[in-house]
Amino acid sequence: MNIAARENFDKVVKLAIRSTGLIVIVLLGGIFFMLLYNAFAFFLKVSPMDFITGTQWTPSGKLASYGILPLLVSTTLVTIGAMVLAIPLGIGTAAFISEYAGKRLKNILKPAIEMLAAVPSVAIGFLGIVIVGPFLAHLIGQPNGLNALNGAILLSVMALPTIITVTEDALRGVPNSYKEASYGVGANKWQTLIKVTIPAAAPGILAAVMLGIGRTIGETMTVLMATGNAQAFPHGFLGSVRTITATIAIETGEVPYQTTHYFALFAIATVLFIMTLAVNIVGEYFVNRFRKYHSA
Amino acid sequence: MKKLTPIIEWGTLLFCTGTVCFYLFVILYDLIHRGAPSLSWAFISTQPSAGMTKGGILPAITGTVLLTLITAVVSVPLGISCAIYLNEYAIDSWLTRVIRACIRNLSGVPSIIYGLFGLALFVQGLRMGTSLLSAGFTLGLLSLPYIITTTEEALRRIPASTREAALAVGATQFESIRDVVLPAALPGILTGVVLTLSRAAGETAPIMFTGVAFYINSPAGYLNQEFMALPYHLYMLATQHQAIDVVRPLAYGTALVLIMVVFILNLTAFYIRYKHSKNDE
Repeated sequence: MNIAARENFDKVVKLAIRSTGLIVIVLLGGIFFMLLYNAFAFFLKVSPMDFITGTQWTPSGKLASYGILPLLVSTTLVTIGAMVLAIPLGIGTAAFISEYAGKRLKNILKPAIEMLAAVPSVAIGFLGIVIVGPFLAHLIGQPNGLNALNGAILLSVMALPTIITVTEDALRGVPNSYKEASYGVGANKWQTLIKVTIPAAAPGILAAVMLGIGRTIGETMTVLMATGNAQAFPHGFLGSVRTITATIAIETGEVPYQTTHYFALFAIATVLFIMTLAVNIVGEYFVNRFRKYHSA
Repeated sequence: MKKLTPIIEWGTLLFCTGTVCFYLFVILYDLIHRGAPSLSWAFISTQPSAGMTKGGILPAITGTVLLTLITAVVSVPLGISCAIYLNEYAIDSWLTRVIRACIRNLSGVPSIIYGLFGLALFVQGLRMGTSLLSAGFTLGLLSLPYIITTTEEALRRIPASTREAALAVGATQFESIRDVVLPAALPGILTGVVLTLSRAAGETAPIMFTGVAFYINSPAGYLNQEFMALPYHLYMLATQHQAIDVVRPLAYGTALVLIMVVFILNLTAFYIRYKHSKNDE
């Protein structure tokens, strides 16, 4: 090929590749539009106030009621439970890997955590039924142990790899000069970790927690399998709950297309989408702050 | 007391790490210990029979393999192309910042919402019905942001001097990317692709409404028909079967096969990465 042909070809390819860059915008926009469009069809039939303040989700009853509160409370409950279990463990593990573990141990621990991250959510949910469920049932005297606590335990396992890897990155991003200054004034390793390294990495750790929360809120299969899915309003960790994701998973397969119930599922999906988006944006804010802070 | 404090401090961190490792150990031990007795050649090579209480899981295995292939066909070319745009062509403008923000947010969108999107777009909008193709496309979209991120990272690791050398001897920009940059970044790209596909193979929520079925009558898959898949099969056996206790060994067997598929893909990725990092030194 001569130069002119090669250069023309180069231009054509450049244009084609550039257009694929726009696909992600179309995809995110498409998802958002699809959710809003169907949610709008729902709000033509049910008033937003009834949706937000309703305490009953009984779409298939004679008097269908579409209140999102029980689902929202369920999702919040398991998410808080999962975070209470996962955050201390995650930060502790990340600190151990980045500050204490030798190179050899690191080479074992890091792949192990990647392995944990790779376990499919449906397998974790299955173990919730066969291990955690019977264990909890035995402990508190319930018939099957499928409750919010079970879901929270499983979700903490699923959120841990995210929290650990992002926190470890944040801890490693703290400049060595900070630690050396701390050692220089006589602090030991632990004091340096608690008083210097972790505070300096705090925005990065917050970002890790946010990403973990995002993952937990959106997780479907584990909560679907392990939390019992009772439709009643949730009452505490030892009761059965039904999260937003589980509701969508259970009911979308059963409802006829284009009915109020069908649109209602898109409406709660919109709420879920906005929640995860907000959590991710807050997380991103902290990541950026961490970068700015340490590049200055 | 002074001697004891370092031990407590160190012990706290060790306890955290130990607990995380314990979780992984319990998962692997239970699945292998109770799943292995169900595994046999017949289990992975025959059809289910007697209302799912006997027989094997062959159609679920072929279904998952085909589904993952379709996912790859959809997401890999698009994802790599988008990453090339971001790393090789794009300058830092408001547009690329929007694109990057979209990618980050897409990877945070819950998988069940991809399922609804696939239902609205492929199953109903494009009238593809609940089929292998609809489900594969849905998983392809889900995988896209991960492929882009990992590919871009691999491209970023190629030094600018490599590109400049190609341009200096008269290559056009595309020729330099095709003949020099991409081959150099290939191991990194491959690692990301395999890891992403291993995640896609284990996904259940996005395929629930777009094409997966509990039982189909043939081991082979057709693009326009419903199919069986390992994760969904495990879900159904574990929660929806009438005789849950009878099929529990089958559920364990399915779980073990699923996790083996995922881990083999992961180990492949680790191997590629390991071998490549050795070559660098």
